[in-house]
Parts: sequence; structure tokens; C-alpha cells
Amino acid sequence: MKILVCISNVPDTTTKIKFVDDNKKLDITGIQWIINPWDELSLTRALELKDDPASGVRTVTLAHVGPATAEPTIRKALAIGADDAIRVNAEPDDAYYVAAQLAEVVRTEKFDIILCGIESSDHNGSTVGGMLAEILDYPSVSAVSGLNVTNGQALINREIDGGREVVTVPAPFVAIVQKGIAKEPRIAAMRGIMMARTKPIKVVEPTAVEKLTGVVGYELPKPRAACKFIDAENPKMLIEILQNEAKII
Amino acid sequence: MSVLVYTENWDGKFKKLSFELLSYASQVAEMLNTTATALSIGKVEASELGKLANYGVNRIISAEGEGLEVLDNQAYTRVIADIALKETATVIILSNNNTGKALAPRLSVRLKAGMGSGVSRLPLSIDPFVVLKRAFSGNAWAHVAIQTPVRIITLAQNSFDVIEKNAGAAVERITVQVDGALMNTRVSDVQKQSGKILLTDADIVVSGGRGMKSPDNWGPLVELASLLGAATACSRPVSDEGWRGHEEHTGQTGKIIAPNLYLAIGISGATQHLAGVSSSKYIVAVNNDKDAPIFESAQYGIVGDAQKVLPKLVEAVREMKTR
Repeated sequence: MKILVCISNVPDTTTKIKFVDDNKKLDITGIQWIINPWDELSLTRALELKDDPASGVRTVTLAHVGPATAEPTIRKALAIGADDAIRVNAEPDDAYYVAAQLAEVVRTEKFDIILCGIESSDHNGSTVGGMLAEILDYPSVSAVSGLNVTNGQALINREIDGGREVVTVPAPFVAIVQKGIAKEPRIAAMRGIMMARTKPIKVVEPTAVEKLTGVVGYELPKPRAACKFIDAENPKMLIEILQNEAKII
Repeated sequence: MSVLVYTENWDGKFKKLSFELLSYASQVAEMLNTTATALSIGKVEASELGKLANYGVNRIISAEGEGLEVLDNQAYTRVIADIALKETATVIILSNNNTGKALAPRLSVRLKAGMGSGVSRLPLSIDPFVVLKRAFSGNAWAHVAIQTPVRIITLAQNSFDVIEKNAGAAVERITVQVDGALMNTRVSDVQKQSGKILLTDADIVVSGGRGMKSPDNWGPLVELASLLGAATACSRPVSDEGWRGHEEHTGQTGKIIAPNLYLAIGISGATQHLAGVSSSKYIVAVNNDKDAPIFESAQYGIVGDAQKVLPKLVEAVREMKTR
């Protein structure tokens, strides 16, 4: 059984976000790039499954759509333990475009389980995984918070409002993964970092696909008014303000 | 041309989220000078369907069919897409909740319709069609141009006020048949919490962080929440430690919420936490560190120990209730 983990390259989550070019482009000066947190959790779970001989999972491959500057992030994911990687050499600036490129990767290489993070921390789209499944005509399960595989049979937890369901779908399928899938992201060990240097990253050129959307600009959230402090000895005052001034309780 | 809005039901019932969607859809329809149609899928009683008429939509379609009691993303996508085509919908609106996130991207491909997700305001312009959406996990907003003739929007929860307006829509019932080959999702177990206010639905949320010190100290926080009719939440370290369940974790990788009031008790306010709560209308913080970043996002704050302040807050709310 083969697992594909799709990864995005995103600014570190503590980055102070700024824009340039009349607020049309992200200012990338000094940004640390990381594996999108949900993709990192997907990768961790995929590797846990591969470690379990009873799962039937044999290989974990990475797919990424992005320019060569993303390679350090791909190497980091290889160091964590993925076997190999495929990078589609293109700017990932429209979800449909990205999904269509990933679909080509899947058609060529064939996988049984495809894992996508439920969103990326930069565009917060929650779109690529579902789009990929529809392009391929594969079943998809979204909000996946647990994945168990025994002898190639997958049992999936999916979050629903106020609870969860245990579901199955036939492979190949796309699982769109959220928190809970793995406890903590796996960290690369020194041995992994050494081995990652020689692991293959296959670079493929993009296929021509029409883009459906485009970002025309960004804006920063308006700064909030300064905090009004209330005496710790008199929290009653806070309740009165919330009731009479803010009128929200 | 029309606006189609998918209103999901929960065990045959609609909720505030559905009414927000309908209100939003009818406003979008007005901008486009067209009509709005609500679409319900699955078995819902007539009296419940009737409620959909109160928020400005012009038509209500209730689609029923075999196998639709389980959410199968492929099957549901087919049902919505077929109706969208039949109705020549040019804008399709879903919630940005779990179901919307599962269906909207598939619909986008099926209908070759560009998508704006997590949208929290009416479109900024119609021609070109530009929507405002959350980006960089709450640290920015993106203006996204949707370049296709058909557009899909997923609306962020609690981002749009309910507007009551009856346009006299009647319920039209249709039966749909979905190809069995598309229905591949089998549900073998369901676990649901009952009687609790859902975090994503709540108008008020009381949330605890590491400053609560121990899982044994949650009593007054839960009591405060219950007095305020609020949901309870927590920060990531709290759910990672297992003090509270992970369904309560709010923050970048947990739940993204936008209540009217977010009461943060003993939460320092790391960027990743604020990413999940920054759209709240009011943030109120109690923290013993006056330099905690949470106070930069809060409108009101108390510098003090959670253990000491909480019982006094409980007392004050109780007093308010008896007045």
C-alpha cells in the first residue's frame, strides 16, 4: 500500500505578516518557512502506519507544488521519514491549479491513500484536498481526526458537529486531515537528516491548467483599541460593563 | 441566473448557522439583482422547512432520496451540482463548517466554479467578483477575484447577522436518485455529545489556559459558562495535557471561532491561539501577567490570578441574574 502526503510550504506560524507592492504580495524578508502544520500531522500519521507491519503500508511519498525555493521544507519532510518526494515546479497561487497538478502526480504514480491537510496556514482555503478527489473521481472524507489501517483496510474517524463518526470508504481515497490524526508532529532525528540528503526529489513540470481565482490584494486587520483594565479586586465591574456598556451578556 | 444556498440540517433541524446563510444569500441575490433559492437535502419536516422562508429567500427546494442520510461527499456533490445546473445558479453558497469544507471544493471542480472560502462579508464587488476572506490564519484578509461565470462561496460561521424577512417562499419537494456507485461512505459508529452548547455555535465562550494550573480547577469556569449560557473552550497546552478534550481546543490548529464574547481565563495569547479567536467581537482576558500578549487583543482585561478572579466573576454573574 502506498500513501501520498501532500505538503504546503508556509511561513512559520509566529511570523509577523507584512505585505509589499501596494499590499499585493507577501513580504518574504526574514520569513522562516515550515511544513504546513496539518500536513506535518498527516506525515506523522502516515509514518506511524508505515512503522506498523500489520498496516500493509509500504511507502510514504511527498507531493508539493511550488518553486525550487521550497526544497528545504521538502528535505525536512524527508528527514522526518518520508521515502521520496515529487515537486511540481510551479507557483501555487490558485487552489484548483494546485489540485490539478497533484492529480497529474497521482495519475502517473498511483497511490492508495492520499492525505491532505484540512487547510494551509497561509491561504486558509480548505480546498485542495476536496478538489483533488473530485478531479480524480475518488471518494473523499473530510475533517479526518483518526486513521487506522489494517492489512490495507482503512478505518477513518471524521469529526461532525458535536461528535465523530467512524467511516470507511474504498481505496483509493483522499483523506482531508485535521488535528487529532497524530498526537504530536514527529521530529527529524540526526540519522533522518543525514539520510534525507540522498533521498530522491523528482521534479516535474506543470501541466497547463486554467486558474479559477486570483488574489488581487491583502489588508491587515485593524488594530484593536487599547485594553481597558479593571481592578482584580472588583470583577463585578467587568460584568456590569459587559452587560450595560458592551451589551453582550 | 440565481443564488443557491445549501442549508444543511442536523437530525432534521436547522439552526442559527442556517439562518445566517440564508440572510447572506438573499443579500448577495439583491446585489446581483436576482433571486435566492434555499436547498435542503434529506428528510426534514414541513414545519421545519417553513422556517427557511423567514430570511429573505424566494424559493425553498427540499430534496430527498435514498441513501442521503449518510453524508457521502461524492453523492452530495452530485445532488447539489445537478440542482445548481438545473436552476442555472451563478452563485452557490455553503457554510465554511465541516460539511461545507467537504462539499464546496468538489462542487468547484464539478461546476468549474472558482471558490472563495471562509468569506465573512458580502462580496466587495460584483464585476469583477471579489470576496474578502481570512488569510494567514487571521493575520490578514485577502481580496480574492473569482474569475469564473459560476462562483462558490463558503461563509464563515457567526460572521453575518441574521436578517428576518419573509419573501413568501413555498416549499418545493423533489426526489433525487443518486447513482449507488457514488455512495461509498459507510458509517460504522457515531459518538455524539448531547446537551452541550457547541463551541462553533456559541455566542459566548469561556476558555481556560495553562493559567488554570490544574484540571481540577475547572469547576468555577464551567459554572461561569453555564450561568452565561456559554460554551467552554481551552488553549492548546490544556488539550495536549488532556486536562480538557481536544474538541475544546481553539486556535490555529483547533477550532476557529467568532463568538460575540470570548472570555480568556489564564491564556497568554500566543499568535497560534489568537489565530483561532481573533474574529470574536469582544475579547476579555484574565491573566496574572500584565504583559501577556492576550491584552493586546482584548478590549477589557483583569490582571489577576484566575483562581481568585473566577469565583468573584461567578458571584457577580449570579447577582446580575437575580436582579
